[in-house]
Amino acid sequence: MSTVFIAFQTNEDTRPIVESILADNPHAVLDEQPAMVKINAEGKLVIKRESIEERIGRDFDLQELQINLITLSGNIDEDDDQFTLAWKN
Amino acid sequence: MDMKANKKKLGLKEKYAHMTRGLGWDTTYQPMDKVFPQAAFEGIKIHDWEKWEDPFRLTMDAYWKYQAEKERKLYAVLDAFAQNNGHLGITDARYLNAVKLFLTGISPLEYVAHRGFAAAGRNFPGVGPRVACLMQSIDEIRHAQTQIHALSNYNKFYEGFHAGAAHQIERVWYLSVPKSFFDDAFSAGPFEWMIAIGFSFEYVLTNLLFVPFMSGAAYNGDMATVTFGFSAQSDEARHMTLGLECIKFMLEQDPDNLPIVQKWIDKWAWRGIRVLTLVGMMMDYMLPKRVMSWKEAWEIYFEQNGGALFNDLAKYGIKVPDCITQCTVDKEHISHQAWATFYQYAHASAFHTWLPNDEEMDWLSAKYPNTFDKYYRPRFTQWREMADKGERFYNNTLPMLCQVCQIPMVFTEPDDPTKICYRESEYQGEKYHTCSDGCKHIFDDEPEKYIQAWLPVHQIYQGNCWPEGTDPTVEGFDPLLKVLEWYHLENGKDNLDYEGSGDQANFAAWRGAATQNT
Repeated sequence: MSTVFIAFQTNEDTRPIVESILADNPHAVLDEQPAMVKINAEGKLVIKRESIEERIGRDFDLQELQINLITLSGNIDEDDDQFTLAWKN
Repeated sequence: MDMKANKKKLGLKEKYAHMTRGLGWDTTYQPMDKVFPQAAFEGIKIHDWEKWEDPFRLTMDAYWKYQAEKERKLYAVLDAFAQNNGHLGITDARYLNAVKLFLTGISPLEYVAHRGFAAAGRNFPGVGPRVACLMQSIDEIRHAQTQIHALSNYNKFYEGFHAGAAHQIERVWYLSVPKSFFDDAFSAGPFEWMIAIGFSFEYVLTNLLFVPFMSGAAYNGDMATVTFGFSAQSDEARHMTLGLECIKFMLEQDPDNLPIVQKWIDKWAWRGIRVLTLVGMMMDYMLPKRVMSWKEAWEIYFEQNGGALFNDLAKYGIKVPDCITQCTVDKEHISHQAWATFYQYAHASAFHTWLPNDEEMDWLSAKYPNTFDKYYRPRFTQWREMADKGERFYNNTLPMLCQVCQIPMVFTEPDDPTKICYRESEYQGEKYHTCSDGCKHIFDDEPEKYIQAWLPVHQIYQGNCWPEGTDPTVEGFDPLLKVLEWYHLENGKDNLDYEGSGDQANFAAWRGAATQNT
């Protein structure tokens, strides 16, 4: 299976986002690099709005991810509640 | 008591549908094919533009909101950087030569990308790609401007930043490599442009450019570059997605599109990989503190990530580009060959060079166990011995350039790293030279395009690269000095070795002054 990934700037905004992703995707692997945090996962990675909101204590729009996004890999599917990256093979 | 309003009036998908697709119409005064004259000549068949998917579903209101926030963050950091003498926090002023290469070689491409995506947005009849191209076009000019702005701070203190992003790109020999790449793409039709820049460059190769470069900048204390880099990179995920969606859309629309798309993927993967030689050199030789080797970055971002991508595209019949076999060999060689070239031509380059020290050579040996000690360490050691004897080696013969990628012919045969690779084609009775099977293949497919290449070495020999009014017949005429003058490159200041340069002396003096009271 192929690996998908997403990378964010390392900062206070992304810390709870990264925590949420790791909690929701037990198969995901964290890779911390200078100024950047990259999350790799076999096949699929799901980012859930609710999980982030629980951690930051306010409403969160998944499009806010774009502010601190560095790069990603995989086919994207996004709606109001979740943002999914997947390779379908 | 306040009434709580409904949280959202429209969901993301509905809002996107109304505010992008819902805004388009078909023309009636003139037929659509006359209004969009570039949409058909490349042979790509599109039956239904409505099938276009934009997974980010970004609308202009959200676009402005998030872009404004990115800019506020960026400029807060740039102010802090300038106010706190941030330039003294970098590891070593050698590092700035990588930044000079970025400013002169990459920032101008952002500007061309801005123009190219504006044109692509104009030329696509479909509303979905039109809006996505519009946003990317605005992103790209933001990148050009923020890069120039961020790096202008270094221009107050260091050599080689004065010519900025505009003058040298049209003149300096090695900058014709990235420039010709974009010129090639921009002079193609809108669909080829999308494969060239949107897919090959943004999806397959941009990670190799920005991610290691920006992590490298962070590792070397360059807050200004990290900040504009990450700010630009936050747009790249959207650009990559546009490139990928575009390719899937073309392939899903008509089976006849497959061979055309495959040809473009093969061409632009190879073109892009050749341009990235400069990045490989930067990672292996120009960062005082290294993040990872070029070979490691290649394996993560091209072999693994690109592999996943091509697996995904296999269902459409897309095959991995043929050049991969050669790239697998090249990944252990190109950065060393490129740095050796710049070392030899440091007198004609707008940045400083140096020889790797012992510790750096050991790092290179460890990262390149199959090639460095065998082929490249002896060369650097020999040059160091010569320099120690006061015979620093400069190559005073201008190199032959590849007619397609415009890189000097310095790459070696895939099966013999001691032999320079030359390929030759004939067209209308003239001989043309290319550096590889990949570039020869591209030349042979469209010779009428590539014979028009503006090759810096040919132009120098033809006397086209001197300031206006230069008389080459006067006694003691030095052609190289005149070329440097035309480049706006000050001989003895902006070029030659880092050792003994003004940058080296000033950085040491200023850093000393920053930590002492004398």
